[in-house]
Formats: sequence, structure tokens, C-alpha cells
Amino acid sequence: MLGIISPLMRVIEIPMLFLQKQLGTNKLAWVFLAPNLILFGLFSFLPIFLSAAYALTGGDNILLSDRPYVGMQNFATLADCRNYFDPNSCHSDFFWRAVWNTVWFVVLQVGFMVGFSLLTALILNREIRARGFFRAVFFFPVLLSPVVVALIWKWILQKHGVLNAALEGLGFEGHEWMLDGTWAFGWSVFLSVWAHMGFYTLILLSGLQAIPRDVYEAALMDRSTPWRTFRRITLPLLSPTMLVVLVLALIKGVQTFDEVFAFTGGGPGSATTFIIQYIYQTGFAGAPRLFGLASAASILLAIVLIVLTTLQMRANRSSFDG
Amino acid sequence: MGRVMTFLTRTRSGNGRMDWTDWVTYGYLLFGVFMMFAPVVWLVMSSFKTETELSKFPPRFLPYAQETVAVDGYDEPLPIFHIHSGEHAGKTLVQTRRVGLVAQMVDPNDPSQKLRISVNDRAPVENLNFAWENYSELFERFNFFRFLWNSTFITVVATAIMLLVNAMAAFALSKYKFRGRTGVLMLVVGTLMVPQTVILVPLFLVTKELGMLNSLWGVIIPGAATPTGVFLLRQYMITIPDEIIDAARMDKASEWKIFWRIILPLSAPAIAVLAILAIMWRWNDFLWPLIVLNQSEKFTLQLALNSFQGEMETRWSNLLAMTVLTLLPIATVFMFLQKYIATGIASTGGK
Repeated sequence: MLGIISPLMRVIEIPMLFLQKQLGTNKLAWVFLAPNLILFGLFSFLPIFLSAAYALTGGDNILLSDRPYVGMQNFATLADCRNYFDPNSCHSDFFWRAVWNTVWFVVLQVGFMVGFSLLTALILNREIRARGFFRAVFFFPVLLSPVVVALIWKWILQKHGVLNAALEGLGFEGHEWMLDGTWAFGWSVFLSVWAHMGFYTLILLSGLQAIPRDVYEAALMDRSTPWRTFRRITLPLLSPTMLVVLVLALIKGVQTFDEVFAFTGGGPGSATTFIIQYIYQTGFAGAPRLFGLASAASILLAIVLIVLTTLQMRANRSSFDG
Repeated sequence: MGRVMTFLTRTRSGNGRMDWTDWVTYGYLLFGVFMMFAPVVWLVMSSFKTETELSKFPPRFLPYAQETVAVDGYDEPLPIFHIHSGEHAGKTLVQTRRVGLVAQMVDPNDPSQKLRISVNDRAPVENLNFAWENYSELFERFNFFRFLWNSTFITVVATAIMLLVNAMAAFALSKYKFRGRTGVLMLVVGTLMVPQTVILVPLFLVTKELGMLNSLWGVIIPGAATPTGVFLLRQYMITIPDEIIDAARMDKASEWKIFWRIILPLSAPAIAVLAILAIMWRWNDFLWPLIVLNQSEKFTLQLALNSFQGEMETRWSNLLAMTVLTLLPIATVFMFLQKYIATGIASTGGK
């Protein structure tokens, strides 16, 4: 590796020296920043503004110049609903189904994930042997790609899969898990918790380890019961980390796509279609490609995410202060 | 064995007795090991099964395959059965044909004499057999190398570009005092708030206008500058004392040389963390490649795997082998670097 890098660096040095002479040392900072700013500009800032422009135009042409201005019509289409809690009463029933699926998914997934992560972190924080090994075990699925995660569980849950075999071995009935909307949704939640739990466990574990030992020693002196110690010491001191975990899980949960898409394809029907899949299918997979509608949905999603991210930054700050 | 027991029964109080909470702890941990690893182990074992073995219900843990033997007068090797009841009980025969519940069988040593055996009287002779052909077929019949190359190319190049570009920006933001520094920093923080997933449509347009659609560069370049990376490196570089840089300047080192000869090597721990993260993100990336790449010869492993899911509905044997090969690199990285991965991801808060 170094064999390639070293000569490359030397080649870059020549124009950099020239620029240094021209600009002076402190202005050279801009040269160092340039590649990053160009990339940020092209692939983050520009798209943010373009996104708003797309949302205000109709048609299925990708070029903005060929797209008719329609004002707020895309948003109106998305919001055209007689009863927001019933997707069937909406003009964009697919969108609202995706919205409600996402809401339910996030609520369940975040709830289970934070619960199990906390339990696991508390257990891993005890003085057990081979803690490093066990920590790694719970973390392992985080590294797997979403498609692999989806295929692993699809293989286990299929009609002639090992889960049905085990159930029948125990005297229960097997089930066509993936053909049943409720079960497919439930398993999506499960698979998502399975795949990401280790990440949050890790954050909570580092939060737990930051709690000073002497607080516990004092509690031991006072003959405080373990439950009381947990309620009065661990939970309050861990709450800033808990908040970070909660908001981070919310942000990621709202953006869930990969693993569930590879797992169920959004089905059966639209039982496991989420917002990102709606955007993907409306904008890219379907014909005609409704970029305007997809962008409008993206903007609504962005608003939710910006609110959550602001919360997270607050939480982050308080967890570092506290 | 004794050592294992002392290890397992060691308790917090150290008096050698297992508290009930210790039982719960180890019970939970073992359950955790089972939940996290068993699915993967099951997948790996299944990937070595033949298509016939895969369709068996209930499934077995180890891969078995029926023994076959070449018999004079027959082109194909014939499956071997052990006869456990009926008039030929105790013999080992091969099947030549089967009609309903009756099989036509012959003795492999005397193929001329045809016997009629009820299928209930026999059991297949099976042996442990790892179906490596599931894997070799991937290379022979499918374009597997193509996908592997695409994924590897994207991962390696994207990681290298990302490290260089982000390290340069972090260097500028941590070691220079220039007008507009706070502004740039705020800008970078701002992009943290807007994930790629919500700007898909315009991002697609920009990528298309730059002529990078259906090209691996279209996957690599748009994600090359990550705010997370800039932050992680900047926080680390701030801790490097400025005196070192001043000393280098005294020696007439150019700013670029200071960057790659002093700052980069000193930031190695942070760069290693970012490298691991970048490799993970890129190798596992799905949504953006799905949008940018439409021709199957440009597909990454993840895309190929996903699209084969539909096409190879009945070919689980190849699909499972491909899944195993996709998770193999990450599993290897994990085994060697798990210590650093865990701490690295905890310190950055992921993405």
C-alpha cells in the first residue's frame, strides 16, 4: 500500500508547494478543504435545494428544466386524506400505508431494541469472565450486510425452514410466516432488532462504565438493595446515554429500508412497505417515475429527521456534560 | 474440565458460590450466543447441502448426501440403498428405476438380475458430504467474480478517497486559523442532519448529469465526503500539539509534507477507526447502488444477492453459498479487528 501512496503524495506536493507560495500558509487551509467542500457542495447542499425544486414540479422528466411547475400540488396529493388514520381513505393510499407502517415499526423496534440493549448492557457490565468475547458476540450481527441478514432469516423462516421444523418437533403447527402480513411485519421488527441491537448495547455499555465506581461503593456501605441501587443510581446516571440511544434509534428506525426490503420486498401486499421504499418505488422503480411526489415525501421525511437530529445533538451535549 | 468449571462458577463475591443472579447472567449470555451465532451457523451449514438435501423436511443440521456407485450398463451413477425388511433384508442394493411405491433395484455386483423392492423396505445409504459444487458453480455458471470485483473495487477506492479527503479537511479545520472556519464547521454539521436517504432524487440527477450513472464511480464519489469522518478526525487532530508543526515549519517542511509526514501518521488510530467504518459502510451499502447501478454486470455483491433472490427462487443452494461468500470478508475483518471495531464505533456514535 505504502508503495503506491508515497509517490502519489510526492506528486501532489508539487502543486501544493506552488499554491502555498501564492496563498500563504493560512489561506492554504482552503486548498485542504476544497475537495471536501466540492463533494459536500455537489452531493449534499445542491441536492438539498434541488429537492425543494423537485417537490414543486410535476411530470416524469428528470431534468428540472423540462418539469412543469405545479406549486404545492405534490404535497396536496400526499395530504389528500379524509381520515389520516385510514390509508384507504387517502388519495395516496400507498404513501399513508407506508407512513403508518413506519410509525408502528419505529415504535415497536425502538421499544424492543432499547429494552434489550439495556438488559444486555447491564448484564455485560457485571463482572463476568470473557466479557470481551460476549460483547463481541452481541455486536457481530451489526457488521452483517442488510441483504445477508434478510437472507439468513428468510432461510430460517421459510415454509420448510428450521423454525417450522422445530415448532413441529415440539408439537406445534408450522406457519407460512412470510405470507402473513402481521407475521411478516413482526419478523421484520425482530430481524431489525437482531441486526442492530449490538450497536446500542455498546453505547449503553460505555455509558455504564462511565458511572464512577465509588457511587456504588457508597450504596453498598448504606446496604442499599440491588434494585434500589439500580433505580436510584444506575438509571438516573445512565439517562443521558439512554436519551442518545433512544433518539439515534429513532433516526435510524425512520430510515429503515435495506434489510426489510431484501427480507419481504415490502410485502405481502404493502404490509412491510416503509417511507424510504415508497420514495424508492415512486421515484425510481415504478413507471412513470414520479420524482415530484418522491421529493415531496422526502421533504416531509427530512423535516422529521431534522427535528430528531436536533434532539439528538441536544442529548449528546447533555450526555457529555452530565 | 476443572478449569472450565472454576471459570464458570467464579462469582462477583469470589466465594466460589453461584449467586442466582450469576445463573441468570450466564443463562442470558449463552442464550445470546445462540441467538446471534446459530442463525449464521445454520446458514453456513445449509450452504453445503445439495439441492435434494435442502428440500428435505424436517431439515438436518449436517449436510448429508446419498451415496452413489457406478454400475456396469448404466450411464449415471446409481443411488445406494440398504434394505432393512422384506425378502432381501440385509442387502445393499442400487436403484435403477422407481415406479410409484415399487423400486426396481439391482445388486451392484450382479447388475443383470433385477429385483422389485417396496420403497418402505429400504433406507438410503447416506454419508456426510459437503457440496462444494454450490460454491464452484457460482464461479462457473454465474458472474460471481464480476460482482466480487465490483464490490471490492468500490470498497477499496471509496475508503481510500474518503480517508484522504476527510483527513485533509480535518487538518485544515484543526490546525489553521482562517476566516470562515466556524462557517465551514457549521456547514459540515449541517450536512450531518440530512442523510443521503432524503435527497435521493436530486442526488440521482447530479450523479446522472456528471455522467456517473451505471458506473462504479457513481457509487464511490457521492459518499466520499462524510461529516462523521471529518468530525472524528478533527477531534483527534486537535489533540496533536502545535509545537510539532511549528518545529517542522522551522525546518522548512512544506504544509503538504507536514500533513502527510506528521499529521497523518500521528492520527493513525483515528484513521484506522474511520477506515474500518468506511469498509463496513461501503461493503454493506445497498440503497444507493440499487439506484445508481442498473446493468447487472455493474452490480455489487449485495445487489446481485438481492436480485438472485427472485431469479433463483428454487436454487437456494447457490444463493446460500453466495450469501456465505458475501459475509465472509466482514466476518474475517471482525475476527481480527473486533476490539478496535467495538471501541471505534462507540466513540463515533456510528453514522
